[in-house]
Amino acid sequence: MSPTAGSNGTATAAAKPSAKPKLAIFGAASCGGCDVAIINIHEHIVDVAGAFDIVLWPTVMDGKYSDIEAMADGEITVTLVSGSMRTSETVHLARLLRRKSQIMVSFGSCASEGCIPGLANLTSRKQIIDTAFSTSSTDNPENLRPVWECEVPEGVLHLPEFEPVLRTLDQVVDVDYTIPGCPPESNQIWAALEAVVKALNGTGPLPPKGSVLGAGDSTVCDECARKRDVKKIDQFVRIQQVAGFDPEICLLEQGLPCNGPATRNGCGALCPAVSAPCIGCYGAAEGVVDYGARLMSAYASVVQAIKPEEIDKVLDGIPDPVGQFYRFSLAGSLLHSSRSAWQDDGE
Amino acid sequence: MTERIGVYVCHCGSNIAGVVDVAELARWAAETLRDRGVVIARDYKFMCSSPGQELVTDDIKNLGLNRIVVAACSPHLHENTFRTATARGGLNPYLCELVSIREQDSWVHTDKAAATAKAKAILAGGVERVRRSEPMQPIKVDINPATLVVGGGIAGISATLEIADAGFKVYLVEKDPSIGGHMAQFDKTFPTLDCAACILTPKMVAAGTHPNVELLTWSEVEKVEGYVGNFTVTVRKKARYVDEDLCNGCGVCQEKCPWKVLDEVFEAGMGRRKVIYTPFDQAVPRIPVIDRPNCPYFKKGTCRACEKFCDANAIDFTQEDQILTLEVGNIIIATGYDLFDARRIPQYGYGRLPNVFTSLEFERLCSAAGPTNGNIVLRDGKTAPKTVGIVHCVGSRDKNYNGYCSAICCMQSLKFAHLVKERTDAEVTNFYIDMRTPGKGYEEFYERVLEEGGHFVRGKVAEITDAARLPGEEGKLIIQVEDTLAGKQRRIPMDMVILSAGLEPRAGAKELATQFGLSCSFDGWAIEKHPKLDPVATMTEGVFIAGCVSGPKDIPASVAQGAAAAARVLGRIQQKQMSLEPIKATVHAEHCSGCRICNTMCPYNAISFLEADGVSFINAAMCQGCGTCVAACPAGAISGTGFSDEQVLAQIEGLLRVGADGERPRRSAFPVARGEAIEEAVLA
Amino acid sequence: MSAQAPVAPAPAEGAAPARTFEPVIIGFTCNWCSYRAADLAGTARTKYPPNVRLIRLMCSGRLDPTFVLKAFSEGADAVLVSGCHPGECHYLEQNYKALRRFKLLQRTIEALGIEPGRLQLVWASAAEGVRLANEIARVTEEVRALGPLNWPVGNVVDIDGVNLEAAWEATGGDAGGPPETSDCVDPEPTPEAAR
Repeated sequence: MSPTAGSNGTATAAAKPSAKPKLAIFGAASCGGCDVAIINIHEHIVDVAGAFDIVLWPTVMDGKYSDIEAMADGEITVTLVSGSMRTSETVHLARLLRRKSQIMVSFGSCASEGCIPGLANLTSRKQIIDTAFSTSSTDNPENLRPVWECEVPEGVLHLPEFEPVLRTLDQVVDVDYTIPGCPPESNQIWAALEAVVKALNGTGPLPPKGSVLGAGDSTVCDECARKRDVKKIDQFVRIQQVAGFDPEICLLEQGLPCNGPATRNGCGALCPAVSAPCIGCYGAAEGVVDYGARLMSAYASVVQAIKPEEIDKVLDGIPDPVGQFYRFSLAGSLLHSSRSAWQDDGE
Repeated sequence: MTERIGVYVCHCGSNIAGVVDVAELARWAAETLRDRGVVIARDYKFMCSSPGQELVTDDIKNLGLNRIVVAACSPHLHENTFRTATARGGLNPYLCELVSIREQDSWVHTDKAAATAKAKAILAGGVERVRRSEPMQPIKVDINPATLVVGGGIAGISATLEIADAGFKVYLVEKDPSIGGHMAQFDKTFPTLDCAACILTPKMVAAGTHPNVELLTWSEVEKVEGYVGNFTVTVRKKARYVDEDLCNGCGVCQEKCPWKVLDEVFEAGMGRRKVIYTPFDQAVPRIPVIDRPNCPYFKKGTCRACEKFCDANAIDFTQEDQILTLEVGNIIIATGYDLFDARRIPQYGYGRLPNVFTSLEFERLCSAAGPTNGNIVLRDGKTAPKTVGIVHCVGSRDKNYNGYCSAICCMQSLKFAHLVKERTDAEVTNFYIDMRTPGKGYEEFYERVLEEGGHFVRGKVAEITDAARLPGEEGKLIIQVEDTLAGKQRRIPMDMVILSAGLEPRAGAKELATQFGLSCSFDGWAIEKHPKLDPVATMTEGVFIAGCVSGPKDIPASVAQGAAAAARVLGRIQQKQMSLEPIKATVHAEHCSGCRICNTMCPYNAISFLEADGVSFINAAMCQGCGTCVAACPAGAISGTGFSDEQVLAQIEGLLRVGADGERPRRSAFPVARGEAIEEAVLA
Repeated sequence: MSAQAPVAPAPAEGAAPARTFEPVIIGFTCNWCSYRAADLAGTARTKYPPNVRLIRLMCSGRLDPTFVLKAFSEGADAVLVSGCHPGECHYLEQNYKALRRFKLLQRTIEALGIEPGRLQLVWASAAEGVRLANEIARVTEEVRALGPLNWPVGNVVDIDGVNLEAAWEATGGDAGGPPETSDCVDPEPTPEAAR
């Protein structure tokens, strides 16, 4: 039973008839947390291994890129790609896997919206490399820098080149589904995988292309147990400024900038439950074009001040707006990066 | 849906075609925007003409168009014209977009190439927007035939009588104990010198006794909810402590009341009234009011004279304010003006120098029913002045106070000059900047006053002082003025000075405006829908304005506006139903998390929170379509018709697809790593 | 695809550059005040530079920061936000929300390297046609002095959101870098990329 999703348009593989559909799990520029989250589905991992022939999962088992290159187009039924498009290697693998897969899933926040590594887009590539290689805590007396291409007696060597601007998966290939989260909650991962298995078996519907799986249709407030009232904000506080927060009342109402109202639900509102404000790891709500814009609009709308000086005073309570509104979503936002990332690339 | 878009570029004679290359614009649209769905692009001399509109109608029918873009004048002029033409062609009118390349382009730019480039961008923006337009139906609302008129001055009374005479119910709410407004305070009216009370009181009585009029005096509007055709207004009918059903207006209570206080409202502080009082003898209704803060019964539990002498047993000290809820279809605001407080000009001495009077104080002096029985005397109540100065433009035409002209003060000052001449043998001098006498009979009145022998000094008065410097000035008020026609400074001693103070919006005008959903200008005058063509309507459907609430004007203008507002209301009542633009916001409950951020976004209280479902909800009938909640929702769970996210974002894309030079702009791409291929050997 | 340089008019004074940078500015207006002010400027034939392209919203309160960011990301050099004066909003108080959103947006875009002068706020009542025209002229000159922003094209998608790179990939293109599409010219932007 082969699904019709996937944009490559070429015929399904006939090279090696396989009883089980093939699954590839690839971490691009990834912290590995998404892989851990998958393993964290506990015994369900057996169900996954039973349902699929896992052809690539570098974190967990040996596998070679050449195996993938040797496959026919569309031979892999489902590929989960976590991690962001940080280097030319990750971009290349994403494109390779796209060609070889019928369904490509953007797995986790890095792939879907850039996540924390996306904040590297606030500086130029040169500055990032300089900081990594010559900061006061680095022992690099000769100021060596990585060279992407160098000639050696044996030939020309290439390093995967650090892309000037970090990209999300869907900025590099066409993506069929997205599973958000940093990492996606394991129960949601299993729910999504189960749905895919059912669809492949024909016992369940295949979600429409472009769907977000493993998450809700609303935002974190929907799952948050705190009591909500109308919002009238007189000041924003930082979590370390206040001795304790009322455990029953909405955190935003207490002045703590909580991104819950704009963040997709599905995580169970775990952070607000312990008085930690939602920082937005599950990404934007359905149909939202720019996550940060939604938060900016919402917060500014409920600030009570009307005089410019008073408004400024309240907004001073958010000293790092990009960090607050785009912590996970910068690479996937409308502007994608700050100006220095693309303008100062050569410097 | 496959878009089949028709583009129509109007020449508007040479208004557009003289600057924008309209033929090129149409050709460009047909060619470059073909991949965006444009199947036909025409240019025509006058799109708003019948043949122009027929182009649209016929093309829809013959070419199966499903979207229309007209590039012409402002949507405020002809959006309806083209939407109607679209509807005649069988297409939903809301699938037609009118973009302005006239007011926004050909009329404001001189560089033809740049103007044509901009027109391309505007057109592209319109095409992208219309691709995302959705068919909509106007919303029909029923019109409640009852009307609320707020303010019982001459404008409000005019409006009330027109509507009531036409057979429909009017609630006339007035905050003072009697209707009549400022006009009731005047002695004579210019230019006819009709006695104000004589021409006003028949109308007051007519309003007070009309079977279709419910008079609610000593009452104020507290809250307005709802929308055109269906307003719910909460009115507080303050306690008079007199039972209206029992009182027969005999006036004995007033006679017998032993307590007097200064009457600062009707008598402008020139006279006194009783604590139980009607503001003036011809008050409508004739039912008195007890001034509670000054009444000894309420202060100490004593007196009760009124109760003792009332044959009808109408005094009721236990009476309480009543809260009434009125259901009306339309509202006319006619709340009038306040006089500029002349104390704000300390160099004119009002409030400090006893014989400096304001215009309203002088009206009361002149009035036969006033505190001096119509005798023009000084503040001591007996001395007749020998010299009177009348100062124009006090607080008007003055950038330190109000920049505007108060329209009536020149005529009022001439009237005062005439009355002084008529009733005393004083010498009168008018101190003016210009003589503004535009109305019917006004210039003739000026001629008449000139001939009666008054003095006229053209110059803005610098100071009015009692500090004598020269012989003959002791005990007098000295007006220091530059006589611009004589070309010198003058000091002119006067016995009495009258300040023609300007007109200002009522204190509390801005709060009133907020209450009724009116717009007010920065200085507080209500804003009409169009200053030339729609002076009695406001931007809020169902709320009209008449009289001085929108700016200084004379009595004929106020009466005309009252009648005009009434005519508009009667037109609505006749039609029984009205169509509203379907620009509304909706909460998509399945995406709403109940964060309640939108709950404080709506000044019309259209957004509520449904506790049981945990989602917010927008009452479409009350939604005015501003879209603020659509922008505020952090989940993107609120959508707005007519100005949806998709439409605006598409319009932005379209506007930017054309560079400043009319070509597709050069855009750079984000830098990427060169050569994303990887050495196989390293990875294998 | 892109046209050759327009014939430059001879500079009036010696030092003027042959081709002046013409900023493209997106302006958001509200139906009741600032759009009517723009109409009034038109009726009065007041002249101002042609660099601003206006979008009509019902109210400045409709202004979603997404619109501003979209304008920058689509190539606008600046964005102008306008509405009724505070206290005079046709919908009573919505322009205060617009003011607050504007301020927060300004802080955010500044942190992303966009000069605050590229996002400007002008209040104009329906009667202030001349004033709005003057403000537009002022903003145009200020943005001209800042130079082009030329924010790069993002996903290499066409206007309907079709990812052109992926579409190209799917046809089996080689493993090299992203294709040159008609939308972009240089992968490495040259300093005077915009006119």
